[in-house]
Amino acid sequence: MTYTPSALQIQREDAKRRASRRSTAIALASTLTIALTITLILLNAQGFDAVRESFFNPHYAKKALPRIFDGILLNLRVLLIAEFFVLLLGLAIAIARTTTSPILYPLRLAATIYTDIFRGAPLLLVLLLVGLGIPGLRLSWIPNSAVFLGTVSLVLTYSAYVAEVIRAGIEGVNPTQRQAARALGLTGPQTLRHVVLPQGLRNVTPPLLNDLVSLQKDSGLISVLGAVDAIRAAGIETAQSFNFTPYVVAGGLFILLTIPLTRYTDWLIRRHDRVQRAQGAY
Amino acid sequence: MSALLELRQIRKEFGSHLVLDNVSISFPQGSATVIIGASGSGKSTLMRCANLLEELSDGQIILDGVDISLYGAAVDSVRANIGSVFQAFNLFPHLTVLENITLAPRLVQGKSKEEAKKQALALLERFGLSDKANSYPNLLSGGQQQRVAILRAVAMNPKVLLLDEVTSALDPVLIAEVLRLIAELKADGITMVISTHEMGFAKKIADRVIFLHNGTIAEEGTPDEIFSRPQTPELKAFLGALSEAGRL
Ligand SMILES: Nc1ncnc2c1ncn2[C@@H]1O[C@H](COP(=O)(O)OP(=O)(O)OP(=O)(O)O)[C@@H](O)[C@H]1O
Ligand SMILES: [Mg+2]
Repeated sequence: MTYTPSALQIQREDAKRRASRRSTAIALASTLTIALTITLILLNAQGFDAVRESFFNPHYAKKALPRIFDGILLNLRVLLIAEFFVLLLGLAIAIARTTTSPILYPLRLAATIYTDIFRGAPLLLVLLLVGLGIPGLRLSWIPNSAVFLGTVSLVLTYSAYVAEVIRAGIEGVNPTQRQAARALGLTGPQTLRHVVLPQGLRNVTPPLLNDLVSLQKDSGLISVLGAVDAIRAAGIETAQSFNFTPYVVAGGLFILLTIPLTRYTDWLIRRHDRVQRAQGAY
Repeated sequence: MSALLELRQIRKEFGSHLVLDNVSISFPQGSATVIIGASGSGKSTLMRCANLLEELSDGQIILDGVDISLYGAAVDSVRANIGSVFQAFNLFPHLTVLENITLAPRLVQGKSKEEAKKQALALLERFGLSDKANSYPNLLSGGQQQRVAILRAVAMNPKVLLLDEVTSALDPVLIAEVLRLIAELKADGITMVISTHEMGFAKKIADRVIFLHNGTIAEEGTPDEIFSRPQTPELKAFLGALSEAGRL
């Protein structure tokens, strides 16, 4: 028997289509109105030409691009290395903080103090203390390069954030899961590795990626130590031309750098929501 | 019949709340013991004590002649010998049915992936769940989930299987599915300790019924003795309430 939709259903589908066309039209109209308003305001601003000249000058943009591009490659290297160590260290600290055995108390205490300090201290301060303080110690076995020390500072600060996110994930796993694993004879570490972490990490992937996006753009702060990254390169160009366009170029490149990860985060969050809804009670 | 598992004078308190008071039970090899009692009478606590998920306040647990409640006993390997299935399903949501069943045999018993998989598939096949092997638990019905949870425990070839109200979250048709599985396992000769509110099932499967009241054994006996000739006023009241609720 073939199915033919009832008249009522056809009517319902029609109404749905009409409603959807209407909302598209409304969205389009409101976007256009706002874009037009902003354009008019900008064009009528007295300083518009001056601002365009000193911030959006194509000539300087072209001239500064190669140098800034080299800089952004440095940022890219720094942030990839930093991300790796941030995740590693963050995971280790989170695990240390969620242990319960009395022997590990010193470890727990150290991990707690670590997160308290590096989550609270402003990144800029950590950069200055590490970047200027450590070379002052004259320890020959620690490299003094601005890039190295800058990366270390990023790792110190962000691993503290990431550790807290991961800890929340671990603690969010239903305790009955742990019990079920232990009842099957799994040891504590096996339970963590095969039952708790897979679920905990999955639940906090979106906030975790959010922290990594933030790390990406903060990698620009290593320029305060003198590393020639994109921001520093833009500074050098600006000093030569007294035009601020290079900063805007650097900013644009940073945004381009973070877009893949932000889009990926959005996608993951959407998928996560869908999965949760599909699971109902979960 | 020699006792495979023996609880001796178990006492358990939570803070100042005494939940189990001097409970002694011995479970012969191959027997099925059903524990009944009102909500809060301590059934779950008793079973959680038996597999050392709860620390005892006093008493001993002897498994196969070995005192497993001694301080410093190898708790993990003891638990691997006692299969437990809880009231809520507790399957691992991030693993497929097959992975749920093979996890412990691989990690705890050191079985190869192939070997564990073969055994798991054989179990699933036998109990009509083969087509679910690669599904995630959230896509299974409640009865299927609970059967998988039981098979997950069975896959470890435990000496004893503790089943704590494994049907209480299910509707009658699903309950029947699960009870059929348990009856088959009993026929296999697995020693079982079962707590349940399904009195019909208790009558059918039990070699012995234990009635727990306020943390003590108020009465124990064959199903016939317990259900047809209750002696204590507590058990009479409990059975009276059940029949009033239409659950007897
Ligand atoms: N972790 C705990 N902390 C404090 N009290 C607890 C804990 N676990 C259980 N209890 C208490 O112990 C008593 C017995 O609980 P238990 O879960 O063993 O009952 P039960 O017989 O299994 O009941 P039900 O039929 O409702 O499952 C209850 O009064 C309960 O509140
Ligand atoms: Mg219970």
